[in-house]
Amino acid sequence: MKRISVTVNGVRHEAEVEPRTLLVYFIREQLGLTGTNVGCDTSSCGACTVHLNGQSVKSCTVLAVQADGQEVTTIEGLATNGKLHPMQQAFHEEHGLQCGFCTPGMIMAAVGIVDENPDPSEAEVREALEGNLCRCTGYHNIVRAVISGAKASV
Amino acid sequence: MAAGQKYVGGGVPRKEDPQLLTGQATFVENLTVPGMVHAALVRSPYGAARIKKVDLSAALAAPDVVAAFSGEDLADEWAAGLPMAWPVTDDIRIPDHWPVAKDVVRYVGDAVAVVVATSRAAAADAAELVDVDYEELPTVVDIEGAMAPGAPRVHESFENNECYTWTHSTGDIDAAFAKADVVVKGEYTQPRLIPNAMEPRAVLVQPSPAAGDFTMWSTTQIPHIAKILLSMILGISESKMRVIAPDVGGGFGSKLNVYAEEALCIALARRLGLPVKWVAGRSEGYLATIHGRDQLQEIELAATSEGKILGYRVKIRANMGAYLQLVAPGVPLLGGFLYCGSYGGEAYHFECTGVFTNTTPTDAYRGAGRPEATYAIERAIELLARKVGLDSIEIRKLNYLPQGEMVPSPGGLEFDSTNYAPNLDRALELLGHDAVRAEQAERRAQGSTKVLGLGFSTFVEMCGLAPSQVLASLNYGAGGWDAATVRMLPTGKAEVVTGTSPHGQGHVTCWSQIAADALGLDIDDIEVLHGDTHVAPHGMNTYGSRSLSVGGIAVYEACGRVVEKAKTIAAHLLEVSPEDLAFENGSFSVKGVPDRTKAIQELAYAAWTAHSLPEGTEPGLEANCVWDPPNFTYPFGSHLCVVEVDTETGDVDILRYVAVDDCGTVINPVIVEGQVHGGVAQGIAAALYEEATYAEDGTLETSSMINYLVPSAAEFPSFELDRTLTPSTSNPLGVKGIGEAGTIASTPAVINAVADALAHLDVGEVPIPATPERVWRLIQNAKGGAA
Ligand code: FES
Ligand code: FES
Repeated sequence: MKRISVTVNGVRHEAEVEPRTLLVYFIREQLGLTGTNVGCDTSSCGACTVHLNGQSVKSCTVLAVQADGQEVTTIEGLATNGKLHPMQQAFHEEHGLQCGFCTPGMIMAAVGIVDENPDPSEAEVREALEGNLCRCTGYHNIVRAVISGAKASV
Repeated sequence: MAAGQKYVGGGVPRKEDPQLLTGQATFVENLTVPGMVHAALVRSPYGAARIKKVDLSAALAAPDVVAAFSGEDLADEWAAGLPMAWPVTDDIRIPDHWPVAKDVVRYVGDAVAVVVATSRAAAADAAELVDVDYEELPTVVDIEGAMAPGAPRVHESFENNECYTWTHSTGDIDAAFAKADVVVKGEYTQPRLIPNAMEPRAVLVQPSPAAGDFTMWSTTQIPHIAKILLSMILGISESKMRVIAPDVGGGFGSKLNVYAEEALCIALARRLGLPVKWVAGRSEGYLATIHGRDQLQEIELAATSEGKILGYRVKIRANMGAYLQLVAPGVPLLGGFLYCGSYGGEAYHFECTGVFTNTTPTDAYRGAGRPEATYAIERAIELLARKVGLDSIEIRKLNYLPQGEMVPSPGGLEFDSTNYAPNLDRALELLGHDAVRAEQAERRAQGSTKVLGLGFSTFVEMCGLAPSQVLASLNYGAGGWDAATVRMLPTGKAEVVTGTSPHGQGHVTCWSQIAADALGLDIDDIEVLHGDTHVAPHGMNTYGSRSLSVGGIAVYEACGRVVEKAKTIAAHLLEVSPEDLAFENGSFSVKGVPDRTKAIQELAYAAWTAHSLPEGTEPGLEANCVWDPPNFTYPFGSHLCVVEVDTETGDVDILRYVAVDDCGTVINPVIVEGQVHGGVAQGIAAALYEEATYAEDGTLETSSMINYLVPSAAEFPSFELDRTLTPSTSNPLGVKGIGEAGTIASTPAVINAVADALAHLDVGEVPIPATPERVWRLIQNAKGGAA
């Protein structure tokens, strides 16, 4: 067991973890923040996307111990004072989600995309979302949501 | 019933979204109960083998392990095997199917043992320590191999691998072919597909040992059906079972089943007296969750020299996999009436043989039988067009069924509403057909290596499952109704209890729209309750694009009954006769005296206090409806796809995708469009990317998301949609269903486009998925090059 200290959504957590524990299971099972989903076992789907020090990462590709001393933001930390983040709002308005399983990862990835490119084209959004799979929406409305969320975020 | 139309037809933002957007969803994997233990399964690595010995000792000695069992150890848990509800013929062969195999495994992934531990990781680690001694048996994985004389038998107790043969005919098919001027024949392979709902399957069972009852949370589309069948498998009184489908992350048919792990977790919870949870990894799901499609098709059209179709002769073989899952034998039948598509003719003959192989069982995957049928007819009609010298539009318009209601189709169905030509015209207009053809011709003339193709798919499908008596005639083991309760609460709010079980479709929003308009309430004053058999005791659940046209109608009708009862109370309180009342925007008023009114909220309160009700009226303002539809519904549409094929690399790029659907009345256009987008994407994925393959020894070669390509946003264009509106005559709202239409329509639209792009090269049949390598080879072969 290793002792780590990770700040998640602004709250610092001290915890014992097994060295093999993936960040996503630390977040879900040890911290009880189940908004971040696990959709695969091959780092393919992006359902587990969170921000690590402001960068979007697939949290199934990071060990919990690697997050020691770092800041993590999950979907639960995105809304502020009960107000949806502009990207969450955009997904709602553009019907960018159906079952909602890919949605937390999709939104965290989208926020990351817009951080890097505040005014992405449709093609740029499609390219940048390559690591996030959705089986319900055909991506049409997700792409629209990301573009509209980008506009609302500036 | 007089009702305002404030919400129905509008793009009301979804009520489902807030919890899904903020990480508060109740997906089964997110749920925990105190004392919960975790199950991990040991699965066969062999396509076929006899289990000689299962040694659990090392697993039992591992840390945190609570218990471990072999199939033999669990044998006395089962009062019945895993169910198959659709014995399509009287002589169908139905193999025993136990949640955990006892003596023989028949596909890679068949369960042989289970380990229970206090954490998921400990259970998985200990499962690795279970030592199973197998004696390998010969395998067969493909349809033709399984039907060959002397093939290894998947089930020794059957004399060969044929499960059933089902036939269906109308008219005199031999006469139609005898008088035909032309006959065309298409042969197609429908690849095996992995549904890939993004949420992997999971189960959590909580027993109350003293009371003898069980609560199961499951990633299921069918909580009510599962409750009945699981109680039969486990020998538990149905009244002791509660099944909850909380937030469910997509299904597409893959969660329309009663699965081994559901039965197993209940059995383990009963044995151990502990809550038991199981969560599938994605790759485990690839083995242990149903696959779809996997058919070989032959279709022949008999036609006049002008291109008028006289008859359809269809023969298909369908891979059932190693066992029969819930509705597997019936899946090809759902397409079996539709190999004539939207076209006319005199005679029709369909024959399907189901076949066992050493592969994961197949079952319903989005469209279930209808994508396969649509593919065959929409490809074959292009063959006919070519043969008689018509273009894609002319051949269709020549053969369309006439516009009308209850129009008989050669497949033996009566289509509720047909109006096909205007629908196609709208699609052509949206596409700008002539400009696309002009550009295609120009590129060809220039000898461009980036050739254009335009593909058509003008489909009709059948949904709204289903009139119960029709299901009876098909040997289906249940009815096709659905149920709703609409309950006004004393404070003027309403609860809508539905038997449908949504997993992304937006029923909460759509049922709220229907009820809010029907009752004259604000949409936020409606709560939709679903997916818990204790809360919504009756339902047939969600599959086959049935929810709106069956369950939604039950909601609408129940609302009408609530309004009728409210009216009698209003009349009593206003001291007029009910006929003197008008109902609008949630308020009853005396005709001609508009200021004498009673709001439905007041009447709900009056019904609850019961202080002054008409003679013989029971307290409360609530009504039920169980809607058994009089007919299926038959959505139709025209999907047009423009592709660019790179003749040097074989790459296919979709430039445009135009879809004009007719799903009857639309409750929420934004949700309808979302269903089309998602459906089209799955059909495009089948056309260009996805295919599950097995090695001869039964190993699933496409065993994870790394080698089974689920496409991303980068692989799709934006879609261009419109609709025509031809209301269904099967229900009072005129709705049809839209959940599967996109998937049914899109695969042939794409492949027809690829074929059209290469038409000048005479390449022959385009296989699916049309991967770059396959397309490149077609081109090389046509050029006579060495490929
Ligand atoms: S769960 Fe992390 S990429 Fe799929
Ligand atoms: S909304 Fe269901 S997977 Fe994306």
